[in-house]
Amino acid sequence: MKLTPEQKLSPEEIFKNLENYRPRRKGWTWRRPLTEDEAELGAFKYRQVSANLENSIPLPAAKSFGDIDPQPDCVVTSEIASGRFEDDLRRMRMVAWHGADHIMVIRTAGQSHFDGLIEGTPEGIGGVPISRKQVRATRKALDLIEDEVGRPLNFHSYISGVAGPEIAVLFAEEGVNGAHQDPQYNVLYRNVNMYRSFVDAAVAKKLMLAANILQIDGAHNANATAREAWKVMPELLVQHAINCRYSELAGMPRENIALSTVPPTAPPAPAMRIDLPYAVALRQLFKDFKMRAQMNTKYMESCTREVTVTHTLNLLLSRLTSADIQSTITPDEGRNVPWHYNSVHAVNTAKQALAGLDGIKDMVTLNMDGELGQKVRELKERAVLFLEEILEAGGYFAAVDQGFFVDSGYYPERNGDGIKRDPAGGVASDSIVPRDEDYYAPVCHHFGYNNPPHSQDQDLSPCAPIDGCTICRPEKIIYIDELDPEDNSASRLEESRPYRGEALKPEAEWAGDGIVTMTMLLPVPADMAEYGALEMAGRMNLEDVEVINLQKMHPAEGTLVELKARVGFSLNPAEIKIPYKETPLSEDQIRQAVEKRPLTVVAGTVGEDEHSVGMREILDIKHGGLEGFGINCHYLGTSVPVEKLADAAVELDADAILISTIITHNDAHRQSMRKLNQVCQEKGLRDKMILIAGGTQVTNEMARDQGLDRGFGRGTRGLDVASFMIKKMGLVEDNREN
Amino acid sequence: MKREDDYLQRRSSIKELTDEQLEQRFWKLTGQVVNPLFELARDHTSPSIERSVLLRMGYSSLEAKQIVQNCVKYGLLGKGAGHVVLRFAQKKNLPYREAGLILADGREWDRAAAIFGKEGPA
Repeated sequence: MKLTPEQKLSPEEIFKNLENYRPRRKGWTWRRPLTEDEAELGAFKYRQVSANLENSIPLPAAKSFGDIDPQPDCVVTSEIASGRFEDDLRRMRMVAWHGADHIMVIRTAGQSHFDGLIEGTPEGIGGVPISRKQVRATRKALDLIEDEVGRPLNFHSYISGVAGPEIAVLFAEEGVNGAHQDPQYNVLYRNVNMYRSFVDAAVAKKLMLAANILQIDGAHNANATAREAWKVMPELLVQHAINCRYSELAGMPRENIALSTVPPTAPPAPAMRIDLPYAVALRQLFKDFKMRAQMNTKYMESCTREVTVTHTLNLLLSRLTSADIQSTITPDEGRNVPWHYNSVHAVNTAKQALAGLDGIKDMVTLNMDGELGQKVRELKERAVLFLEEILEAGGYFAAVDQGFFVDSGYYPERNGDGIKRDPAGGVASDSIVPRDEDYYAPVCHHFGYNNPPHSQDQDLSPCAPIDGCTICRPEKIIYIDELDPEDNSASRLEESRPYRGEALKPEAEWAGDGIVTMTMLLPVPADMAEYGALEMAGRMNLEDVEVINLQKMHPAEGTLVELKARVGFSLNPAEIKIPYKETPLSEDQIRQAVEKRPLTVVAGTVGEDEHSVGMREILDIKHGGLEGFGINCHYLGTSVPVEKLADAAVELDADAILISTIITHNDAHRQSMRKLNQVCQEKGLRDKMILIAGGTQVTNEMARDQGLDRGFGRGTRGLDVASFMIKKMGLVEDNREN
Repeated sequence: MKREDDYLQRRSSIKELTDEQLEQRFWKLTGQVVNPLFELARDHTSPSIERSVLLRMGYSSLEAKQIVQNCVKYGLLGKGAGHVVLRFAQKKNLPYREAGLILADGREWDRAAAIFGKEGPA
């Protein structure tokens, strides 16, 4: 099975023979940095880029830079989970094409407290239930997608909750490449019993090592939880350290341990002055570990523009310090479960800013001698004091019991609002037991005390008595397909089948969801705007209308309203008429052609038309018009008689006459076009002169009916006109098809 | 607990440390916090850990769940669930996979417990 860019990914195909699918590799993959010689793309030499993709979609502005698509040196994450993983697979493909190579699948609400593995493919809430089938199908799809884009894709989810060790086995068996694992997360945010969390975590970490799974910790959650997120910075250093050292004790090498760090604050706070010392302190204290730079979520509201600016500042921070993994947060996370195109936008925000900041540190250095250095030192001292007090209190468990963590005071300040957990309480309390002297687990990669009967025989693998464990012999894995006859991907796919081919509907997250957004400014105060917008959308026959963003432009003058809604109909794609669209030449092709054979045009508006804006846009260099390509333009003004245009064309030895016209009730526009053709014929110019008409309502058909060569309507650019002329004159061989 | 920011007083013990010494102190204290956690983990097990062992032995998640539930019930978790299955298989002279399926089915647990000197549910 192979993907081709023109074909949609079929989840049904992915599910075929899934019971026998094995991952083709295990472990995390970093990007391959380009050497100085390799890093020349288009007109530029880059300093912080990695290997190019075979298939990708560059940033929109790339068309002005030879369609280059520089890939940053760090891994770029996209967090995906709509609740239906079969729909997520297609989104994974979209983000991979834009530059994501770390696909992080968010778990469904409640999985942390599920005591065991979930099987099958039930629908999730705010994430997907992580099961063997889901993991295997996703890995299989990602294997196909990575072949298509030409770069390994890391697949990632969570090893937490009360089934951590089992999920770790599942991930190690199925080739999951990265995972969150941090027992503190269980304790603080999921209220899992603290003893259980730490006992399970060590086993999970050892298993992660078995499959070289990269670990990301959970400290960043304190940012998202604490009332004033920037005040938990000293504690965050402590949380990172506890998980890092604990992981090392379980056997993990530092290069497999990534710190999940988030710039704690956001504008309008003076964010960089607070976030930068913290970022520097982290990178100094945790030198050999990896940095996963996450974007701020704490202060996200419903304005996607505001969010994107905050995230861009986060990216500046990554470039001023360092990031091994750059995570992305979708700009719509503050208003809904992320949508397909916002996942792509988030990846592009990272790609765009990282490319724009390429090599910035070669020109800008951090001044550690002043305020920055002092603040870095202060953060470290506060963290050391925090650790001292944990030990004074009686250790980690006692400290959690006393509410040390996620207190909103800037340590050693205390506000008494930290998260307190009872060591004897929480989910799965009283569930650990001491390992007896004859405790024995006949498997590989098992953490902790183990007393196999053959311990004297060093050559024997721990799993020899069972003739190999599943990590060594994957054919022993028992695959369960589905447990629920109704809540599964097959029944959802049956429902969505029409919308994956036969019927066309908009899609935000699930095939056939029909979701659209609408943006409007209503010139009234916010309350009235909100309900007015809902009423308007109802009259447009939109369904399930909701306001997703409401912003005052002025208390009285106007309110911006963004709505989401569903369309209740679908189209038959076979009946959609697509007008023939010419593919214009590239700017470079046009320039080269004009350099070899200079072009001259004569232009003006005709009839009683005083509107010159459209024509100027086609001609002016500053609007990307014909002049910009080196074409010699003679603009004769407005309401020019066609005879005058023809005379000027003769005098200037022009190659084309361009007229602009508005559409009138008395058909004056058609008469002007016809007359231009006649005059040129009478003067014997017609064969060597290209005649073009333009205007907002002009169509190609209309112009050609009157004997001209081409008509251009609304949205035409100078590029389109230049391209047409050059092709018409046969100056460039055009092999490009639509 | 509520407390004003007394950082300036508290730092008196560490303010003279060089940056390197401060970082060393940070990691030394971290080690002191983490070591007891590590020791706890080394010497204990849990239902999830034992299910993870059974998964690695080639049992399904559903089978592993049944076996571990009975290990807890019979006070055998500290022996290791995989160990229980293997010893039971030896006793029955069966391949371990088949023996484990008997246990996953909730049968013959008294016999399995007796191997480890336990008489009935704990």
